Amino acid sequence: MTIDNLVQIDHVTFGYDRRRLILTDVSLEFPRGKVVAIMGSSGSGKTTLLRLIGGVIRPQSGTILFDGEPVDPSDTDKLFAVRRRLGMLFQFGALFTDLNTFENVAFPLREHTNLPDSMIRDIVLLKLNAVGLRGAASLRIAEVSGGMARRIALARAIALDPELIMYDEPFAGLDPISVGVTANLIRSLNDATDATSLIVSHDVEECFQICDYAYLISSGRVAGHGTAAQLRASEDPEVRQFIRGEPDGPVRFHYPAGPIEQDLGLSG
Amino acid sequence: MNPLDLLAALGARVMGWLNALGHASLFFGDLVRHTPAALRRFDLVVVQIYAIGNLSLVIIITSGAAVGGVLALQAYYALDRYGAAESVGLLVALSLLRELGPVLTSLLYAGRAGTSLTAEIGLMKAGEQLAAMEMMAVDPRSRVLAPRFVAGIVSLPLLAAIFSAVGVGGAYLIAVKLIGIDSAAFWSQMQDGVDVFKDVGNGMVKTIVFGVASTFIALYMGYESEATPEGVAKATTRTVVFSSVTVLVLDFLLTSLMFSIKS
Amino acid sequence: MEKKNLETLVGLFVVLGAVALVFLSLKAANLASFSFDSTYQLKASFDNVGGLKIRAPVKSAGVTIGRIKSISFDDKRFQGVVTMEIDRRYQFPADTSGKILTSGLLGDQYIGLDPGGDDKNLQPGDSIKLTQSAVVLEDLIGKALYGKAAEGGGNRQKEGAK
Repeated sequence: MTIDNLVQIDHVTFGYDRRRLILTDVSLEFPRGKVVAIMGSSGSGKTTLLRLIGGVIRPQSGTILFDGEPVDPSDTDKLFAVRRRLGMLFQFGALFTDLNTFENVAFPLREHTNLPDSMIRDIVLLKLNAVGLRGAASLRIAEVSGGMARRIALARAIALDPELIMYDEPFAGLDPISVGVTANLIRSLNDATDATSLIVSHDVEECFQICDYAYLISSGRVAGHGTAAQLRASEDPEVRQFIRGEPDGPVRFHYPAGPIEQDLGLSG
Repeated sequence: MNPLDLLAALGARVMGWLNALGHASLFFGDLVRHTPAALRRFDLVVVQIYAIGNLSLVIIITSGAAVGGVLALQAYYALDRYGAAESVGLLVALSLLRELGPVLTSLLYAGRAGTSLTAEIGLMKAGEQLAAMEMMAVDPRSRVLAPRFVAGIVSLPLLAAIFSAVGVGGAYLIAVKLIGIDSAAFWSQMQDGVDVFKDVGNGMVKTIVFGVASTFIALYMGYESEATPEGVAKATTRTVVFSSVTVLVLDFLLTSLMFSIKS
Repeated sequence: MEKKNLETLVGLFVVLGAVALVFLSLKAANLASFSFDSTYQLKASFDNVGGLKIRAPVKSAGVTIGRIKSISFDDKRFQGVVTMEIDRRYQFPADTSGKILTSGLLGDQYIGLDPGGDDKNLQPGDSIKLTQSAVVLEDLIGKALYGKAAEGGGNRQKEGAK
């Protein structure tokens, strides 16, 4: 019996120190084969969720299940086994600067398999082809643009055909064409390989275009969740402010301060 | 300021140091623990030996020759007064083998190789390369840190030997070719007074200890640096300062252990 | 390929370091002057070993033929016992004598062996019977002063007798 949700986050609370909690009692589900978006403003805890799933940090309370098994950072063997089944695309690529494009994509293959060089070569070229960069295989990392770097990182993330692919702000800082290319890649890769994709982003429109389901994280809690249509129709003020991009709402425009008359020295 | 506040501040400072010391010791333990893994991937170590050792050769050789030559010159002026000019070789050789070779090479190493290690590790951390590696189920300590640690320990003694050898060569050029001291006397005085175990051997032991310390400090500073350009710059400065002080202190300790016990 | 090149260079670096080390050991230090296998031990007791140190040379006719292995104290005869390792190639007569000499005026001390005339040779583990202790500077000064004083006294006697 296969579990429906590849990843499940159950009532997780987390904070780097006891006083300031980043996430409070959040629960999320990521069904197999679906593309799910985690949205929210900067600092809301979205990236923290990725680190929890990857077992980099441990929640104060609650559990994180990967394919039905809890993710335990202290069990190194089990953790590494889990990590081999997932691929992560970091925000700026996090490519290894001392290796060239080809070697970067080949890295997971060389480290985790005993495949002969000829097979590795074929797989790397196929992965680079999938992201449209087969011709850039010999370029050094210093020679590639930001958008290209992210695509190379994507090729590296899928080198071992992972079941779960996590994207940390894949659209941030890209020009419109690159954004379109990336969104397209995420969706088509997911469908072609039957993987589960998890996108952390604050680009509402792009996410809605490609995702099956989305969660909105605000102030460390799940403020809303649903399909794109459901979220667009939501009456919740936090959801509405975020989806519509309204400058003021539950998330205040003004940083807390006293009355302006005081600062300008005008008497009341 | 309230004396109680002062005390609390001092206490916090001390706690901070203890914390840092403990953190550093754990890091050192990690390096040592992952060394066998690094030795199994010797190709990684070789790449690092090139970066740390080969690329330091120019500065080591030039400095070695210069120091050897200058020492010979200065020693000659002093020794000639007592009619002992022929002992120049002996003086230079002992100074180089016991002290200047290990210490100067380590200081140069901290400046050249140490800072590049710190900057490299710091930038890798800032660019999330180490985190990415972890997510790919590859332990960065085995793959990135330990090979550099091993390479440093291997390279520094070799560099120090080259430094001392070139130094003796430089002294020979100055003393015999320039000043005109008898070549045979130069070498025989040296050979009579320099002991393989006591002088060459102890010097090598020193360099191994210095190599462990400097490389560890360089890697630690890089690993703990802030993920900003200023953070990396601060870290490289710290590497040079800490390494230099540590090498000099260790030198004092080792010298008193090695050279004052009557053999 | 890039990698092969790198490995060659690193190999060269290691070789360079090893050569430097060998150079230092042979040319600068005393490794070449004595081989470490094929030695046999001889002992010698001295009333005063002076500043003799371990690994100091044992010479005969000015040529280094051995090294001092250890120095210990014999509390039955209250003498210093020096154990030497002599190159197996060289045998010495049973009545060879050993002296503690100084190289130069203020240099390191070493043992000099003067061969005797006996037909039989010293066997491994034998002791050298005839020994001359180190010259102690204070004794030398004392002797000089005493000698001078005696001379002065003798002259006065002669004068007094006149």
